[in-house]
Amino acid sequence: MAMLTVSRPPLGGFSFENCKRNAVLEGEVNKVGCSLPTARKTGTTICGVVFKDGVVLGADTRATEGMVVADKNCSKIHYISPNIYCCGAGTAADTEMTTQIISSNLELHGLSTGRLPRVATANRMLKQMLFRYQGYIGAALVLGGVDCNGPHLYSIYPHGSTDKLPYVTMGSGSLAAMAVFEDRYKPDMEEEAAKQLVRDAIAAGIFNDLGSGSNIDLCVITKGKVDYIRPHDEANKKGISTEGKCFGRVTGDYKYKGGTTGVLTKVVTPLDLELVDESVQTMDTS
Amino acid sequence: MLGETGPEWLSEEVKTGTTIIAIEFNGGVVLGSDSRVSAGASVVNRVMNKLSPLHDKIYCALSGSAADAQTIAEMVNYQLDVHSIEIGEDPQVRSAATLVRNISYKYKEELSAHLIVAGWDRRDGGQVFATLNGLLTRQPFAVGGSGSSYVYGFVDAEYRRGMSKEECQQFVVNTLSLAMNRDGSSGGVAYIVTIDEHSTEEKVVLGNNLPTFFDQ
Repeated sequence: MAMLTVSRPPLGGFSFENCKRNAVLEGEVNKVGCSLPTARKTGTTICGVVFKDGVVLGADTRATEGMVVADKNCSKIHYISPNIYCCGAGTAADTEMTTQIISSNLELHGLSTGRLPRVATANRMLKQMLFRYQGYIGAALVLGGVDCNGPHLYSIYPHGSTDKLPYVTMGSGSLAAMAVFEDRYKPDMEEEAAKQLVRDAIAAGIFNDLGSGSNIDLCVITKGKVDYIRPHDEANKKGISTEGKCFGRVTGDYKYKGGTTGVLTKVVTPLDLELVDESVQTMDTS
Repeated sequence: MLGETGPEWLSEEVKTGTTIIAIEFNGGVVLGSDSRVSAGASVVNRVMNKLSPLHDKIYCALSGSAADAQTIAEMVNYQLDVHSIEIGEDPQVRSAATLVRNISYKYKEELSAHLIVAGWDRRDGGQVFATLNGLLTRQPFAVGGSGSSYVYGFVDAEYRRGMSKEECQQFVVNTLSLAMNRDGSSGGVAYIVTIDEHSTEEKVVLGNNLPTFFDQ
């Protein structure tokens, strides 16, 4: 922040320098017969908010593998204990295994103490494990739950630092979701208002971030009750939509009427199969 | 989510690019910090309290890598608890600072955090210790973090020996305000902790209550 570039003072506004270069490149590439690569999509949007009686956790449901959506409806809200759930962003395998390990250890710990586990305990276990691996475990988590001391919400970063806050967002869509929170968060909200706020924050991430998409999952945790709503909002229904639609409404149909495509020729070739050997192996179902 | 390079924020370590200050007065200490935590160009927490308690009357101010600083503070908190039970009384500020220094020195290649330790004990009153890079030195006041570079001139010119508690608090707030204005990695609100023989007082000074200077 203390460096001052002396070469040329930057002009205000958007820099269009690269647009000319991109146009030239595109022309050259098209001459050869290829097309420029499209934007790579990685990332997620997860968030959480503390309201009057508990916490609401939210997540999108897209899992990407490089340039392809690997799972259109994956579950990013993981179980830690009956009163604690954890959203995970970053490397899917890391978030999955980390939450499972801590969930298992917390269950043993709970059996040893004879009490319902506290969110602060889960937070300590997660941060100490992530710190031990010095950031190589790429798990960024939003941990929320309700225990004997009330509702708690933590954000946990891959290097092992944590923040205890009333509202948190993580993932590539975190800036879009945080914008919604910063505008509309109020302390001590009612459950419906909190659910609507989280839903809107995740929707902001889904529609404004290339790496997040598909549906919105919610998890509402209150004292003694957990509402795992999956999906809460199918923000992206599969199908063709007609012109002038509002988002989410699908009226088109993939099925075409019989006879739309004309048949030119029809050739039928029967395949003769010879039965060579038949054996039966019984399964031990005792 | 399973991409090879991954999004930038995953690899960017969360830093408390920060301004921290601690100053001793006759009978106690005043610690101050800003509240900004950044990961790359994004602020991930705008209200973090970087003044972390090590014991009832000993606090430390965190700067540098958030994970490293938080971990050191929590480890020393635990070690001080054990130590104070063993000796049967409140620990000395020098003991707390030594514990921090031992971790900072032993792992100096792996860690990138600087903690300023300050507190009050019965033996030597208010004390401020700097533990940068594994040294241990007692100072009348100490500043740290990325924002401290902008206020060395101010603190060197304005510090006087024998300031009262209120003058020290005002000095800390002025310093933080100036640093937060100039340093992009510092900002938010100012947290002030005053420790003396009778009490430990935590205070938050919100943005609109910070002192303003000529350009505001």
